[in-house]
Amino acid sequence: MKYTVRKFDAVIVGAGGAGLRAAIQLSEAGLKTAVISKVFPTRSHTVAAQGGVAASLGNSEEDHWHWHMYDTIKGSDWLGDQDAIEFMCRKANEVVVELEHYGMPFDRTDAGKIYQRPFGGHMSNFGEKPVRRSCAAADRTGHAMLHAMYQRNVKANTQFFVEWQALDLVRDAEGEVLGVTAMDMETGEIVVFHAKATIFATGGAGRIFYSSTNAFINTGDGLGMAARAGIPLEDLEFWQFHPTGVAGAGVLITEGVRGEGGILRNSQGERFMERYAPNAKDLASRDVVSRAMTTEINEGRGCGPHKDFVLLDITHLPPETIMKRLPGIHEIALQFAGVDALKEPIPVVPTAHYQMGGIPTNYHGQVVAPQGSSQNVAVPGFYAAGECACASVHGANRLGTNSLLDLLVFGKSAGESAVDQLKKSPKAHKELHQESIDKTLARLDRLDGQKDGASVHETRLTLQRTMQNHCGVFRFADKLKEGVQKILDVQKDVQRTEIKDKSKVFNTARIEALELDNLIEVAVATMISAEARKESRGAHVRDDAPDTPANPNGRDDKNWLKHTLWFKEGNRLDYKSVKLTPLTVESIALKTRAY
Amino acid sequence: MTTRNIQFKIYRYDPDKDAKPYMQDISVDIDATDRKLLDVMVKLKAKDDSIAFRRSCREGVCGSDALNINGKNGLACLTAIDSLPIDKPIVLRPLPGLPVIRDLIVDMTQFFKQYHSIKPYLINNDPPPERERLQSPEDREELNGLYECILCACCSTSCPSFWWNPDKFVGPAGLLAAYRFIADTRDQATSERLDDLDDPYRLFRCHTIMNCVDVCPKGLNPTKAIGKIKDMMVKRAI
Repeated sequence: MKYTVRKFDAVIVGAGGAGLRAAIQLSEAGLKTAVISKVFPTRSHTVAAQGGVAASLGNSEEDHWHWHMYDTIKGSDWLGDQDAIEFMCRKANEVVVELEHYGMPFDRTDAGKIYQRPFGGHMSNFGEKPVRRSCAAADRTGHAMLHAMYQRNVKANTQFFVEWQALDLVRDAEGEVLGVTAMDMETGEIVVFHAKATIFATGGAGRIFYSSTNAFINTGDGLGMAARAGIPLEDLEFWQFHPTGVAGAGVLITEGVRGEGGILRNSQGERFMERYAPNAKDLASRDVVSRAMTTEINEGRGCGPHKDFVLLDITHLPPETIMKRLPGIHEIALQFAGVDALKEPIPVVPTAHYQMGGIPTNYHGQVVAPQGSSQNVAVPGFYAAGECACASVHGANRLGTNSLLDLLVFGKSAGESAVDQLKKSPKAHKELHQESIDKTLARLDRLDGQKDGASVHETRLTLQRTMQNHCGVFRFADKLKEGVQKILDVQKDVQRTEIKDKSKVFNTARIEALELDNLIEVAVATMISAEARKESRGAHVRDDAPDTPANPNGRDDKNWLKHTLWFKEGNRLDYKSVKLTPLTVESIALKTRAY
Repeated sequence: MTTRNIQFKIYRYDPDKDAKPYMQDISVDIDATDRKLLDVMVKLKAKDDSIAFRRSCREGVCGSDALNINGKNGLACLTAIDSLPIDKPIVLRPLPGLPVIRDLIVDMTQFFKQYHSIKPYLINNDPPPERERLQSPEDREELNGLYECILCACCSTSCPSFWWNPDKFVGPAGLLAAYRFIADTRDQATSERLDDLDDPYRLFRCHTIMNCVDVCPKGLNPTKAIGKIKDMMVKRAI
C-alpha cells in the first residue's frame, strides 16, 4: 500500500471545540498547522451542547472562581486533580470573554452583559445555594460556540483537511510522537502528517453504549490511537449518564431546562428529587439525579405503559420563557418525543453522555505517562484536550457546563504549549518511524483482505449492548465480571471484521470498521477498569460497595483515592495518585458528598 | 413487535466502479423504533454496506445528512418516516446542483466557497476590552433567525439561481450569514459588507423564489434576510 508524507509544524486531530480553540492559538502564531477532521468542523459534536459554559463572571449575582473550584472538586467526588481544576476555574472568565470577542451570540442581561443561568451542582459560597454561572446562547450554546470558533479560524486562515480519517499515531522507539497517518475519505489516499507537535482533540466515545446522547462520530478515535501506541487511558470506568435523554430516542435535553425551573416527576406526579437532594433538588449533580431517576423506575414509579421513564415538566413556566430560553428543547420534544413541551411533560431517561476519563494529560495539555518511578512524564510532541483528554478536571463525575469550559481552557493551553515547544524545537523534523507506519498499513490490508469475517454492524451492536447491560448507571460485581469476558469475546470479532464494499471512493463501510477498532479499545478499558475499582465514587456505583458509616456513599478513600491507568498491552492496570494540592489556594479537604 | 416493509429507490454512483449513475431498488423491514428516515437508512446500510451517505448528530443540529427526499431537500434525521407516503417507493437522491462524489454524498466545495466569501466572522478593529462587549437584549434579538444556520445546504441547493450561477451567486445560506454579521451591533464592517454584495450576481440573483424558506429544516428565512440587505442598500443610496 502506497502513502505520501506531508510536513507540518503541528497537526491537530479533530475540529470540535478543543481542536478549533487549539488551532486559533497555532494559526495566529503563524505556524504551519494542519487540522484533520473526519467531518466538516461545524458538524463536530460540540455543536450539540445546549445549556452553557461555566464562568464565574458574576453578571447576575455574586460569584467567585474559588466557589466554582469547590463545586467542581465536590462534583468530581474528589477524584479530580486540584491543580488542573484551579487552573480551569481561574481561566474561565478569560476564555469566555474571548469567545464573546470572536463574535459568539451570547444571550444578554438587561445591562447588556452575557446572560447566565443556574446549572446542576454549581453553587455560591462553597455549596450553599444554586448560582447563575452558566453562560448561554439560548439552548444552542455549543452550536453558537463551535460556529464562532470555526469563523475565527476562517479569519486566521487555518488549513483544514476535511473528511480525513486519522488512523494511528506515528511514535518512534524513544516514545516521541511524530505525527499521524490519515486517510482522505474522498479518495482513499493515505498520508503521513509528519509534525513536530501533535494535538489530539478527537472527542469522546459515547457510542460504546447502546443508548447514548452522542453522535455517530463519537467513536473514541483518539483513545484508540493512543492505546495502540502504548499510551495508557485514565479513569475510563467513569462515564456520565445524563439524567435527561429523550426516552427511546436518546437525544439530549439540556440540564438548562431544570436551570430555568423545570421539574422531574414520577408516575405519582411527585417531585422526587426533594427526597434525594433536599437542598439542590432537581439541580443536584448529574450522577445523583440519574441514580435517583433509575431508583424511581426500578421501584415501580416510572411512567408510561412499561413504567420505564420519568417526566420532565416545564408546563408551569411562562411560554415566553420557554420560547426565548429553550427554543431548541421545544423543537426537540416535538421532533423526538412527539410532545408540545408548553403543554405536556417530556418523557426522559438517564442516557450515556460523557466520558470523564481519557488520555492522561497535565494542565498544560501535555500527554503524560508513567516512566520509571515518575507517574507523570510528558510524552514528547504529544498533546490532548477536550473530552478525549483527562486532565483530570472532572474526576468521577463532571458538572454540566464544565465540558465546554474544559475544551476552551485546555484547547487553548495545549495550543500554547505546542507553540512554546515549536519555538524551541530544531528546524528539521525528526526522522519518521517506519515500523509504526507499517503497522497501520497492515491493519488496513487485513480489513480489505478479510473473508468470512464478522459484520461491522452486528459486532458494534453486540459491543454496545454489552456495555449497556454490564456497565450502566448502577453496576453489579457479577455483571462486571461477566462483562469483562463478553467484551473480550467481542474484541476477537473486531479483529476479524469484514466489509463487502472495497471502493476507494468515500467508503463509509471502511470508515465504520476503522472506528470500531477504536470503540473496542475504549469499551475494553472501561469494563476492565470498572470491574477492578471496588468502591463507589461519582458515576461509578456498585452493589458490593454500599453506603456504610465507615465508607459513606460507598466511597473508599483509603484504598481507592487514585486514578486508574489501563494499558492495552496485556490489559494491564496501574494506578497513580490524585493531585490534592491546588496551585495557589489550600486543598479542598475530603468530605462526604451531599446536595 | 410489528414490522413493515418499506421500499426505496436510491441514487447510486461509485466512480470507482460505475460507468454512470443508476437507481437502486431496495427494501427493508422496519419496526416502531425506526421513527426517522435516518434510522431506516442505517438499517439499509446494515443490509448493503456500500450505500454511502453522511450523518452525525441525528438530531438536526450538525447539518450532515441533507439529501433530496421524494423530490424535496431535507434532513434525514428530522424526516419522520410516517410523513412519507408508503404506497410508492421513497426516492432518495443527493442534493441537486452540486457534483456527486458518491451515492448520496455531494461535493460541497462551491457551497462553502460562497459561505467563506462573505467573510463569515466578526470584524471589530477596536482593541478588545477586558470584559465582554456590551449588547442590549434587543440588539441581540436581531441575530435570532440568523445565527442558528447549520450549513446543511438544503436551501442553496434548492435555489434555481444557485444552480445556474453557483460560482457567482452567494446563495441563500451565504447571504443569511452575511446579514447575521451586518445585523450584529458589534461588527464594524457593514459598509464593506454591503459594497461586497452590491453586485448583479452576488446578491441580486435572488429572485425571491423562496424555495430556501420552504426547505430550511431549522425554519429560517434567508429570503427575508436578503430583503433586509437590499433595503439597506437602497437606504444608503438615497
